[in-house]
Amino acid sequence: MTVAVVGVGYTDFRSATPDVTFKEQMFEAAVKAYTDAGVSPRKDIGSFITGAEDYWEGYSIFDEFVPDQLGATLRPVCTISGDGLQALMTGVMQVETGMFDIVAIEAHSKASDMLSFTGIVSHGLDPVYNRSMNVSPFFVAGLEMRKYLSETKTTREQCARVVVKNKKNALDNPLAAYPASMSVDEVMNSEMVSDPLSRRDLSPLADGAIVFVLASEKRAKELSDYPIWLKGLSWISETPWLESRNWSEATYAKLASKKAYKMAGIIDPKKQLDLVEVDDWFSYKELQHLEAIGICEKGQAGKLLEQGKFDRNGETPVNVSGGRLGAGNLLEASSLQSVLECVLQLRGHAGKRQIKNARTAAAQSWRGIPTATGSMLILSNEK
Amino acid sequence: MTIKRRVAVIGAGITLFRRRLKETGKELSYHASKMALDSAEMNLSEIESVVMGTAPDAFDGIHMKSENLLDGAGGTGRPYMRPFVGGGTGVFAPIAGWWHVASGLYDTCLVVAEEKMSPVQPHPQTAFRTIWDPIITRPLQPNLVWIFALEMNRYMTKHNIPKEHIAEVAVKNKSNALDHPSAQLAAKITVEDVMNSETMVWPVQRLDISPPSDGAAALVLASEEVAKKYTDSPVWIDGVGWSLDSSYWTNRDLYYPQYVEEAAKMAYKMAKIDDPPNQVSFAEPYDPFTYKELHHMEGLLLAKKGEAPKLTHEGVTQRDGKLPICPSGGLLGVGNPIAAAGLMKCCEAFWQLRNEAGKRQVDGAETGVCQAWGDLMQVGTVTVFRR
Repeated sequence: MTVAVVGVGYTDFRSATPDVTFKEQMFEAAVKAYTDAGVSPRKDIGSFITGAEDYWEGYSIFDEFVPDQLGATLRPVCTISGDGLQALMTGVMQVETGMFDIVAIEAHSKASDMLSFTGIVSHGLDPVYNRSMNVSPFFVAGLEMRKYLSETKTTREQCARVVVKNKKNALDNPLAAYPASMSVDEVMNSEMVSDPLSRRDLSPLADGAIVFVLASEKRAKELSDYPIWLKGLSWISETPWLESRNWSEATYAKLASKKAYKMAGIIDPKKQLDLVEVDDWFSYKELQHLEAIGICEKGQAGKLLEQGKFDRNGETPVNVSGGRLGAGNLLEASSLQSVLECVLQLRGHAGKRQIKNARTAAAQSWRGIPTATGSMLILSNEK
Repeated sequence: MTIKRRVAVIGAGITLFRRRLKETGKELSYHASKMALDSAEMNLSEIESVVMGTAPDAFDGIHMKSENLLDGAGGTGRPYMRPFVGGGTGVFAPIAGWWHVASGLYDTCLVVAEEKMSPVQPHPQTAFRTIWDPIITRPLQPNLVWIFALEMNRYMTKHNIPKEHIAEVAVKNKSNALDHPSAQLAAKITVEDVMNSETMVWPVQRLDISPPSDGAAALVLASEEVAKKYTDSPVWIDGVGWSLDSSYWTNRDLYYPQYVEEAAKMAYKMAKIDDPPNQVSFAEPYDPFTYKELHHMEGLLLAKKGEAPKLTHEGVTQRDGKLPICPSGGLLGVGNPIAAAGLMKCCEAFWQLRNEAGKRQVDGAETGVCQAWGDLMQVGTVTVFRR
């Protein structure tokens, strides 16, 4: 792989943004990213890619509304109906063909515009076999959490500690929407959503936009003093059927990490990764994902978390940004929030939460209920 | 610009196109994929990546529709991605498949396009109520026929085109479709039939419009090295291009699709085509409406501005003419399951260039161009195929 991130742009993440439209959010992030990379969208950028899903946006054909605010009219523009990492990987592939030297990637969330988040999630369930039960779609996460806890002997309290850690990490992330000093009891005693999943185990929704500028090796060295190289990437989908998947482990994350590690030459992820940002849509997912991507053995994540191994100053800092739980659930853009944290850390621009001597980082994503789709990206500040 | 690897098409598959099919979207995806794999003499286990093209989730009422469709398309346990550019998706999906392989990341890619419009009640048009800008346009409650009538009217007025010349596109395409085994609306009709059909929104009449359909299509793509193991007659993807114009369609002159021209120039440059009318053997421009075929021929630089109707009237675009256009029968004849209709055009290019198009065969086909269009009269996607 010979593609690097040479520009980043972002809005802050907020629980509601009645003052701006999604177009204005995209514009703000895009202008910052283009300025950071020192490129003009009209002259330098070959292709523009947005990760977006119609139902989240409230449009039938969302890509119609993408080009203007990115400076991309009458240019190669497309959407990827997938998470932000899939959009980013599309950009990498486009550069790797030799067709473009510079591409821009965008994803955003305007979750506060949604009238019914659970209604939309329900519409992702199979219309014949699952949706017709007419219950809250979080039953899928409740069932999975139950299976994960019983199979791995992880406790609800350990899951609650994920929430406490991530919200605490978010206190030092000026972009984060939901930083807090929260106690384990507060998480444990919050309203039950789908037993054993309680209200605070769920990541709260937030609005925001993120843009990256990627460049080929030659251009990256010209454009940036600190290019962040994309060393390994993979996205994978497991079965769409709830009925036939493995409920105790995240198979998609296992497969995606295997391929990404191979590309990046990572043999021992625990030793070689200086930080990881994993998907924490629900508290238990962070633990499940850490096991799937080989940061620890199956069933060990909860214990290691309790021992502080995943704290910011621990052996493998996990979700230093605050993750979805602390920074806010940005829907398809959350995976780019993970990448953003990795880039800032690897550049040495992470301020108070900077991990010393961070050289290699990983961002892992999951697309949420009811999917078994996820991606993995390895980044490094060394070519 | 040097492209890293050449990419070949080595198999194609398609289902029937019908107003209503009993199969689910997953099943339609399966049938098209299976036929494409069989024609490539390949097993699913040899497929390294899958691309799904499918238009709005609103058709099926399923959020993240591609996630639901993925097992039908062979996506389980594989890298599986859904590129989406509205109506342009059918020709864009193979472009996405192309970069999966041309980038060197994968050696094979199964490209599937599926559309099931029949679940929408009372009519698929309903799904388009939410494609408009919610502040500027949606309160006017427009529908697609309404805005395409505006565009058609502008095109006719600008170039002083008689409606009868445009009607000839429907006559040609529906007649071509008589030879397509998947076709939904193949027919022998006359210009008078079109002119006497019900007026939807003037100047658009019933027979100017392609039907809503269910259906699926698929292509198998492979790197040059892999392709040569499977076939002696690969079809090459030698040019790809796409372009998206402003969301504010009300701010531009609708007489000419500049975005199609931008996409075509990008694809032609890659394919080293500098004289399209003489270097392209046949084309499959997107024809959901009669005038769109003409509009797109001009955008593809296959005809000068305003001259496509004349070429049609002179018979140049007939299957045995100098520049056959929509030899498949197009959307007007074969049907319009949106993303699948675009990929149907690419399947046609594959069969034409392999000399496997049967009664539809165009003599001496060397280079074929496929194009799709969509969004708010806004996106052009173009692929150049060569034998």
